[in-house]
Amino acid sequence: MATLYIDNKPYEFEEGRNLLHTCLGLGFDIPHFCWHPALDSVGACRQCAVKLFKDENDCTGTIVMSCMTAARDNMRISIDDKEAHEFRAEVIGFLMANHPHDCPVCDEGGECHLQDMTVLTGHTYREHRFKKRTHRNQDLGPFVHHEMNRCIACYRCVRFYRDYAGGKDLEVFGWHDSVYFGRHESGVLASEFAGNLVEVCPTGVFTDKTFRKHFTRKWDLCSAPSVCVHCSLGCNTIAGQRSGVLRRILNRFSEDVNGYFLCDRGRFGYEFVNGSRRVRTPLAKKGRNQKLEPLDRSAAIKRVAELFSSGRPVIGIGSGRASLESNFALRQLVGPQRFFVAESETQHSITTEIVHALRRTPASRASLRDVAKAGAVLVLGEDVTNTAPLLALAVRQACRTAALTNAHGLGIDPWNDAAIRETGHNVRSSLVVATPTLTKLDDVATTVYHAPPDDISRLGFAIAHALDGSAPAPRGLSPEIEAMARGIARDLAQAARPAVVSGAGSGSASVVEAAAGVAAALYKVNHDACLCMSLSECNSFGCTLLGGRDLTAALDAAERDNAEAVVVLEADLYRNCDPAIAGALLTLPRNVVVIDHTLTATAAMADLVLPAATFAEASGTFVNNEGRFQRFFSAIAPQAGFAPGYRWIAEILSVVGPEAPRWETLDDIVNDMESRVADCAGIRAAAPSASFREGSQKIARQSFRASGRTALLANTSVAESPNPADPDSALAFSPEGIQAPREQPLVARYWAPGINSVQAVSKYHGDPPAALVKGEAGADAAENHGAKAPAAFASHASEWLVMPLHHIFGSEELSMLSPSVASLARSALIVLNPEDAAKLSIRENDAVEVSNYALSCACVAAIASWVTKGSAALSVGRPETQGLDLPEWLWIRKAGAP
Amino acid sequence: MLTQEERAAISEGCDSSPSARAAAPHALGAVQASRGWISDESLSDIAEFLHMTPAELDSIATFYNRIYRSPVGRHVILLCDSVSCWIMDYEYLLNHLLTKLGISGFGETTKDGMFTLLPSACLGACDHAPAMMVDRELFGDLTRQSIDTIIDQYRIKDGDRRTAQSPLATGRKEQ
Repeated sequence: MATLYIDNKPYEFEEGRNLLHTCLGLGFDIPHFCWHPALDSVGACRQCAVKLFKDENDCTGTIVMSCMTAARDNMRISIDDKEAHEFRAEVIGFLMANHPHDCPVCDEGGECHLQDMTVLTGHTYREHRFKKRTHRNQDLGPFVHHEMNRCIACYRCVRFYRDYAGGKDLEVFGWHDSVYFGRHESGVLASEFAGNLVEVCPTGVFTDKTFRKHFTRKWDLCSAPSVCVHCSLGCNTIAGQRSGVLRRILNRFSEDVNGYFLCDRGRFGYEFVNGSRRVRTPLAKKGRNQKLEPLDRSAAIKRVAELFSSGRPVIGIGSGRASLESNFALRQLVGPQRFFVAESETQHSITTEIVHALRRTPASRASLRDVAKAGAVLVLGEDVTNTAPLLALAVRQACRTAALTNAHGLGIDPWNDAAIRETGHNVRSSLVVATPTLTKLDDVATTVYHAPPDDISRLGFAIAHALDGSAPAPRGLSPEIEAMARGIARDLAQAARPAVVSGAGSGSASVVEAAAGVAAALYKVNHDACLCMSLSECNSFGCTLLGGRDLTAALDAAERDNAEAVVVLEADLYRNCDPAIAGALLTLPRNVVVIDHTLTATAAMADLVLPAATFAEASGTFVNNEGRFQRFFSAIAPQAGFAPGYRWIAEILSVVGPEAPRWETLDDIVNDMESRVADCAGIRAAAPSASFREGSQKIARQSFRASGRTALLANTSVAESPNPADPDSALAFSPEGIQAPREQPLVARYWAPGINSVQAVSKYHGDPPAALVKGEAGADAAENHGAKAPAAFASHASEWLVMPLHHIFGSEELSMLSPSVASLARSALIVLNPEDAAKLSIRENDAVEVSNYALSCACVAAIASWVTKGSAALSVGRPETQGLDLPEWLWIRKAGAP
Repeated sequence: MLTQEERAAISEGCDSSPSARAAAPHALGAVQASRGWISDESLSDIAEFLHMTPAELDSIATFYNRIYRSPVGRHVILLCDSVSCWIMDYEYLLNHLLTKLGISGFGETTKDGMFTLLPSACLGACDHAPAMMVDRELFGDLTRQSIDTIIDQYRIKDGDRRTAQSPLATGRKEQ
């Protein structure tokens, strides 16, 4: 520990950061704009001036920019110094010269870093008597609203968008006192991370366009810590609601997972919660072909409970988008033998393989933070930008590790961003992108290889063999691929903390085996190796821990046991398997019960629909792609019609069997699960229990500034209504309670006295970085468990190997119910090799029909040379391509052709 | 579409630059030399040639005040407004120049599309202040008379083209 004297008082601190970062961490307020904890320092805004003294005898001192000065032992500085204070007030005066002072009509008002900083510096009078420069705004697409006049030219937006996230269409134009931040011309921002501009921008230039449509000031939002449901990474979020309408999603800082950022699918996919297809009351059919009609809650429960008295078995189908608690409750209701997961046979084998690989690998299980710090990365088979977007952002940061090392060698501080980027222009860490489809990481990759999944897998096996002679070698590799594999193996072996990244996206278990094999072989020569795999849904990992089997097995069981009923939990079976299997599963049993929040195709087939709560209305736990248990909490208080899945099941259980466990609260289920399922042992530690108090208080979901508490319902009664109770968490639906909790899983909003903007996050210390999580089997598991390299890809005469093509906007179920996300989704696309296209007389944008024996789907053609001849890539998750289990050999023809 | 000569000039600049980004100012200058200014279309063409996005290139183009993103006259007059020239009362000459050209301020182009008047922060000719530059020709120790002579000479030189069509027909970039 080193000592820093601030205004003559000693403070202990850890060296290695700049003065600004250190002082903010110590609880001091220093005004700043261009510095951001993830973007580091460039010293552009001159706002964070402090006085630096040579020693205790120096009473003059010099003004320095605290963000550009390293904090060192025995340093003496003054923040309150009169000159430094005047300097800061002057600078903000300049910055505000052209600002329109339109806070009352600005979406940022009340949570604006510029407001906070202006108040902090004491700049209270407008002295600019001249005309202000004005700009024209651009339409930047459905997510981000643009209002350039509010700009103070801190450059944070381009530093995030261009430098950090690799975007190429947001730039700064002009010079001097007229700089403009925007696109070359109006149009949708192309980066998948554009939504972060909303939080990165310290004022109201970039604001959340979806939030505008149901705007509420920050102090009137009722917020709760949440976890994103739109991919398997489990990014930590803050969900904010008012009057039962989910208004927006913000980032919740997590040292290990998402850091300071979210992807646009995660940020803007939330609107499904307010969607028109929500089920808000129990629905039932009088007969199979009748319509679904509202039903009384207790009658609905009674009807489900009766199914269990028939003596015939009931099949339960859980899913990766339902919480661990709901899945567990279902498993308890139907029994472990009759618990299945809504995944096709292939999907299920891949999910299981991934979970198995992650749990048994001798390498470390990589968090996103580990990936971002990796010295070399091998991406095998996964288009991470479209399946697990924030993982792509982490991989992009990993490309900079060589530049950071280089800068360290030159004596440049690790936070000196401009200097590191300047010296690192031509220094790039090794990144290998070996995927079936083109990816957005190709531009920073040192090696790019696009081939069908089996060939990707073969490359993986070749790399593993090059690293470890005892690993099986694929036969008949071309000399080029062999040389490539050796080169990659060398880079990985020599790198500090190399990472292997793969996932379920390629639809190939063989690719997953290959990636696991590379990680195991790499571990033998480099003990810092780590492995990161993405799964298909937010709780796929958790669902696998509960040990359900796939849908084909479910159908077998339903037929064999003459099932009385099937209970489907938060899943649309038609999205996850062959429509014939889904159809049979939903017609064979005498009764179909669906517990879901949205009226899906599956729910429409049900005899009884129990309305489930979404992540915004329920508390629960998801297990992310690295096996991390993460609790999300309800932002919206329980409402009459619907309830969390586990609550429905608990009520059914209490009627079905008096010997069944009595689950009153979430904690009851969590404790029960921890004692019954060994693999779920970590669940209780995910967050403090409902009995947790800071001091003697719960954590407040609302700001103490929440307005209209008594006036809101004054039309019916002037008496203040009691706050809704929350037996499931340590959070309260009230402005009373702890505003800024210390426990990260309970942070419902970022706020500190004087800091109303999200930048208050700098005042919350992340937990100390956790040690790397090693696989459970340790080094013994390094031996390959019999996996063999597949044969090389060979084209067929009249069929094409159609590989999955993932779209960040369009392939995921729930976000597509959000209008902003849906507006960016294109119709299903098939990408063909130019020669194949010519052979089929298909041109760009032609209508194409793709089919197998049972299904035929219509899509639009695109032609690209990265597609291997004899293969093609087809959009997944689109209604047109539902039911196909890609990769699959399919017929392709121009629509209307014979 | 870039001409063969423009492509050659840009390539030459690329050869001596470490990256496309570094070659961008040269490329913009080369195209401006032949076309007078950088239209949106020229910008997109150069960006494509350098494998950059239009946004990246425009960011560089708009940073340089001598890369013209809107049309200018056939001759660009840079009148120095820096300290030495200010002491030597360039403002008096400015008014004269404006009357002579029939325009009302900096940044404007004469009706015949012949001259555009711009300010310059320093021409490095303090010993001959007040000074101005027309295209690449420097003029010092300016007086009302010398300015008249210079402008008239340019008009005579361009006499044949005085009635030529003004290049001001194309639209300005929205910003």
